[in-house]
Amino acid sequence: MSESPQRADGDSREPALDLTGLTKRFGSTTAVNGVDLHMPRGQLLALLGPNGAGKTTTIELCEGFLRPDAGTVRVLGLDPIASGATLRPLIGVMPQGGGAYPGIGCAEMLRLVASCGANPLDVDWLLDVLGLNACGRTPFKRLSGGQQQRLSLACAIVNRPALVFLDEPTSGMDPQARRLVWELLAALRADGVSILLTTHLMEEAETLADHVVIIDHGEIVASGSPTALTNGDPENTQVRFRTRAGLDTELLAAALPEGYAVRETSPGSYRVDGSVDPQVISAVTAWCAQQGVLAEQLQVGKRDLEDVFLELTGRELRT
Amino acid sequence: MTFPRFTPGTFAPAPGRGSVGRMLSTHARVETLLTLRHGEQILLTLLIPLALLVGLSLLDILPMGDLVAADGTRVAKVDWVTPRILALAVMSSAFTGQAIALGFDRRYGVFKRLSATALPRWTLVSGRIIAALVVVAAQVLVLGVVAALLGWQPELSGVLMAVLLLVIGTVCFGALGVLLGGALRAEIVLALANIVWFVLLLAGGILLAPAALPDALAVVVRLLPSGALAEGLRAALVDGATAWAPLGVLAAWGAGAAALATRTTKVS
Repeated sequence: MSESPQRADGDSREPALDLTGLTKRFGSTTAVNGVDLHMPRGQLLALLGPNGAGKTTTIELCEGFLRPDAGTVRVLGLDPIASGATLRPLIGVMPQGGGAYPGIGCAEMLRLVASCGANPLDVDWLLDVLGLNACGRTPFKRLSGGQQQRLSLACAIVNRPALVFLDEPTSGMDPQARRLVWELLAALRADGVSILLTTHLMEEAETLADHVVIIDHGEIVASGSPTALTNGDPENTQVRFRTRAGLDTELLAAALPEGYAVRETSPGSYRVDGSVDPQVISAVTAWCAQQGVLAEQLQVGKRDLEDVFLELTGRELRT
Repeated sequence: MTFPRFTPGTFAPAPGRGSVGRMLSTHARVETLLTLRHGEQILLTLLIPLALLVGLSLLDILPMGDLVAADGTRVAKVDWVTPRILALAVMSSAFTGQAIALGFDRRYGVFKRLSATALPRWTLVSGRIIAALVVVAAQVLVLGVVAALLGWQPELSGVLMAVLLLVIGTVCFGALGVLLGGALRAEIVLALANIVWFVLLLAGGILLAPAALPDALAVVVRLLPSGALAEGLRAALVDGATAWAPLGVLAAWGAGAAALATRTTKVS
């Protein structure tokens, strides 16, 4: 027979996500405005955007927590509201800010969630991997923010889902925990789990994602692989480097030919705008030598994701 | 921190729904243990009813009417007090305790967490109901033993009726607790649930029997869930009588509260 049987993780020919014209309003505010998004199976997609851009609303529409005002959502080929009961066993969810009984211990909570799945991971092993074994009977409300996040992540993956939604999975984590989670997510992806995550960390998106989507005011403003998004300077119109913060950029501009602009984009990060040739690089490094500093991470023809993000979404603080 | 090396295939998708029986029993057990572990809940659900049971049975504090049963025999104080304390215990755990726990569970996002799992929606409710019934059973056991030590002699022919009243009463007060705890902010739930508990204890037919109140007020009190449960339990355990009217009052309050709660309850 040529017909393939339906797999346990849904029809595998269906994409992980298919959103068309997705729109959600809260009163007079349009949180998500006509979003189209396609995510094949087995990919890690990072959703970036300033606070209030519509990331959480988009995720909650996919999870079936919210009902769209217009457009369609298909998750593993299923409508998350009409077919919620079929879909929920297939996906793992890490809501923003976790979620557990205030008085429950880590192991108890994870066991409760694991009881909902047919083939859960070994609970003790997962607690150990995520450094939660030491929490013992400490109630959830007394755990640190990072511990609560790790428990929430454990709950999202314990039932070996085909697709996981992670809303800011590493927020509130220390660098060690963050790196552990990155390694874990890379392993999930390598094992064929599809992952949609939101983040404010450009490094997270650049390191992990197959595909990055930048969303602002409820609309997609950029979409592509991290490489495609950051290779936005093929004409070599910028030099960027890092060194001591607070150098006088006027002095460097004076050392360069007419028409070059120099900015300190964030403390210790400098950018020279203008046509880049070997003389300009030489002038920049010579000037740094005069100042007695080393120009590190000197780059031409490449922007980092943070620049792309700030260019697209502006520099004003969001409320 | 050293990073574990994950064996390839560890996380290979193998999703699916667990057995409903296991989900339900795990959820009910967690809910029960969390309630029994909670210090303030124990104070409310057990220590206060126990103190009232002992105090009211041994001391002359309350006007208890003429302490005469339907058949004209005298009623011992502990026989009069115990059914009312059982009603209080149900109200404390199923209503006040439930409402406060629900208010804070919502604050900590547990429903969003659980409603994102394969746990069917109805088990979210049934797990809580089972937990409430287990807690009430434990309360009745402890209070019953203490009352027996104080000389309580319930009318055995009314025990089945009493059990029925306790079960329906638990579901009714549970639904009212969900109605309150599911709609408002945790701090407001905490304040209101305690105020309602106190008002119903004093004026809702639990400490003061409707018979000791003016007629018009007595009618109102008998129609309150607290008054209905206390009077129903008294009729069953003192007189061995059936108490269909109080049972009907409880069922009506429970159905009304449940219907309203399905519309007003928010997950977070």
